[in-house]
Amino acid sequence: MGLFNTLPTFQRGIHPGDFKDLTRHLPIERMPFSAELTIPLSQHLGAPSKPRVKVGDTVQRGQLIAEPGGFVSIGQHAPVTGTVTAIEPRPHPTGRMVESIIIATDPFSPQTFYNEHPMDWEALSPRELISLIQHGGFVGLGGAAFPTHVKLSVPEGKHARFLIVNGVECEPYLTSDHRVMLEEYDDLFYGIRILQKILDVRQVYIGVENNKEDAIEVLRNHVPDDMACEVIALETKYPQGAEKMLIEAVLHREVPSGKLPIDVEVVVNNSGTITGIGHMFRFGQPLIERVVTVTGPGIKRPANVRVPIGTPLTELLNFCGGITDDTRQILFGGPMMGAPQARLDVPILKGTSGILCLTENEINVREEYPCIRCLRCVDVCPVGLNPSRLGALAKSRDYEHMLDFHVMDCVECGSCSYICPSNIPLVQRFRVAKGLLREQQARNKAS
Amino acid sequence: MEKKIELLLSSSPFLKQQEDTPAVMRQVIYSLLPAAAGALWFFGISALLIMLTAMLFALLTEGVYNKLTGRANTLRDGSALLTGLLLAMTLPPGIPLWMVALGTFFAIAIGKLIFGGLGSNIFNPALVGRAFLQASFPVTLTTWVAPGNGLSFMQWRSAAFTLPFVREKVAAVSTATPLSMMKFEGQLTPFKALFLGNSAGSLGETSALLLLLGGIYMAARHYINWRIPTALFATVIVTASALHWLNPETYAPFWFHLFSGGLMLGALFMATDPVTSPVTHRGCWLFGAGIGLLVVVIRTFGGLPEGVMYAILLMNGVSPLLNRIAQPPIYGDPAKFKKNEAHNE
Ligand code: SF4
Ligand code: SF4
Repeated sequence: MGLFNTLPTFQRGIHPGDFKDLTRHLPIERMPFSAELTIPLSQHLGAPSKPRVKVGDTVQRGQLIAEPGGFVSIGQHAPVTGTVTAIEPRPHPTGRMVESIIIATDPFSPQTFYNEHPMDWEALSPRELISLIQHGGFVGLGGAAFPTHVKLSVPEGKHARFLIVNGVECEPYLTSDHRVMLEEYDDLFYGIRILQKILDVRQVYIGVENNKEDAIEVLRNHVPDDMACEVIALETKYPQGAEKMLIEAVLHREVPSGKLPIDVEVVVNNSGTITGIGHMFRFGQPLIERVVTVTGPGIKRPANVRVPIGTPLTELLNFCGGITDDTRQILFGGPMMGAPQARLDVPILKGTSGILCLTENEINVREEYPCIRCLRCVDVCPVGLNPSRLGALAKSRDYEHMLDFHVMDCVECGSCSYICPSNIPLVQRFRVAKGLLREQQARNKAS
Repeated sequence: MEKKIELLLSSSPFLKQQEDTPAVMRQVIYSLLPAAAGALWFFGISALLIMLTAMLFALLTEGVYNKLTGRANTLRDGSALLTGLLLAMTLPPGIPLWMVALGTFFAIAIGKLIFGGLGSNIFNPALVGRAFLQASFPVTLTTWVAPGNGLSFMQWRSAAFTLPFVREKVAAVSTATPLSMMKFEGQLTPFKALFLGNSAGSLGETSALLLLLGGIYMAARHYINWRIPTALFATVIVTASALHWLNPETYAPFWFHLFSGGLMLGALFMATDPVTSPVTHRGCWLFGAGIGLLVVVIRTFGGLPEGVMYAILLMNGVSPLLNRIAQPPIYGDPAKFKKNEAHNE
């Protein structure tokens, strides 16, 4: 490797195998509307949205049903035409009960859009465009679900010089970004123009792992002549899609510890998100559906499906032929960072990039051994941390000391847990530690 | 969905590489097998008995300790077996078996268990056992017998079954090791004998070639950190060559240092013990270099012909310090940016 591989990438990382053959070649399909959809008011990082409808209201597909509850919050829209039957706490993929708007689908509606016309974005100011994106309900579709308009709002005194489109999709099994780039590149390039205007950026890079050769080729062939946009094939390596790692690979820049990409003049956005934004400005449709990869050995018919937000997980699984009898685990997201589900009546969210069904064979809850300090974790951590040391500190609950070993810089990619021969749940401990440390910092600030 | 399935909640990541710690330990044991087979060839059944005794008592000590303290069964992790075999490889073929048993007990109990078991010990357990034996029975531990070959397999070379603390009559013909011949008589053993193993010494000290085979395999498969033996060999070559250049009469050439005594065994199988070596790569470079330097210094200027054991134990003690001073910068390290800023101004 190394010596002969000239593709750009970041330092260290792992090669877990990509498992994408299950769905890589499957075109995106649509699924029918479910009888009832659940729109949680909180499916993003930040403040929950505020409902603008009452129980009993009829709503039309694409209509705003909740508005942003603050700056770090977004609008929500009706994914179907129907009636609001309840606004109450419902099960949520995070495992909690979350206030949600429930819509019963009108079976006889033609499901036309509330407001279907292109937006004249060239006449709008960056500020107005950002507001439209916020009210359009956009979050990072890669999984983090951070409100997109916040990332696009460059703070006073800073300036972006580069826009990096994150088409890496380094999570094994997932192919939704891949299919979207392949099939909906028109919307993607349209969206890029809007982001260029908002950020006042000329140079664009699209980073794609080289396990998606067809997408790389299609994108390269369709870059508009007047757009300074380079499609960069990156080495297939996890976590290439982590924002910091992507910036390192594409621009050879490092985001200083505790700072944001904008501090090195970069804004990174997921390719699916930008495609959605392009689609909205072209056709007037806010974010009410997304492409989800339903995959894994536990699903009978793996597929890439365009799913209305709020569709119950059960319905989506049924649409894909149902799960096999030996399915033991269902994840929202990919196998490296995804979240296991305890129940099947949760809705698909804006940040749900994939549903992964794992069977007995893939489950490996394995015996933990003591750390033998083999340094494999050190050799793979993309941030250059010492997970062995951090793990020992976490075990003895010496969280304060973990700060000296830069635990807050951990990107929670799980590479260390993947490689550890002693099966130590390293990233799990770091997540807990980071949560506690953040709480403590907030408390210190308050007092 | 009507089907009732029980969903399992655990924590990401859900993909894992398959090789666990017991597998790693097994691989290290396999890597030691060529050299162990060499020991059988040269020292016959006495070598076999020593290895079996050491491995048996290693398992026994840890097993009984687990029972007494109510700890989970740790024998499966394979580390006790490895310690037993490694200790056996450091012993002279003429040693009575009761001493082997005692040394193994000491290695496991004092070298590992009182620190809290695998992963918590500071010193390499096998070397702790060996150091204990050396201190308690200096004569036996430095009485060497000449190697034979596979044809004399069944020939006794020692008073293996001597009862504890009964003074044995030394029946076997004892010889000097290459290192003591060099040190005390200024006599150099030829390269071929050292490299292939036809020289007196401990079970695992004879054939550098067989040890190297195992070492290269382990390094290629990342069971050991190649930086440690590399730094160690490089330092030995440089310092020994410098001395030899100063005075070729008294100081042995570098290849003699490399291929004699316990250097190969120590460099490849003991200095590389991950638990007792530093946890950063920079630390490992310093660690290996430190051992190499100490070995040459002890062998050349100390009172003993051999210094590998003490060199490694000493550096084991220093390794926590190396960890502290050899932290590499992280991604986005504030230090890097301070440098850049200063540069720009
Ligand atoms: S990979 Fe696991 S066993 Fe190895 S050093 Fe890291 S934490 Fe310890
Ligand atoms: S310490 Fe954090 S950033 Fe480093 S490999 Fe582990 S999870 Fe990833």
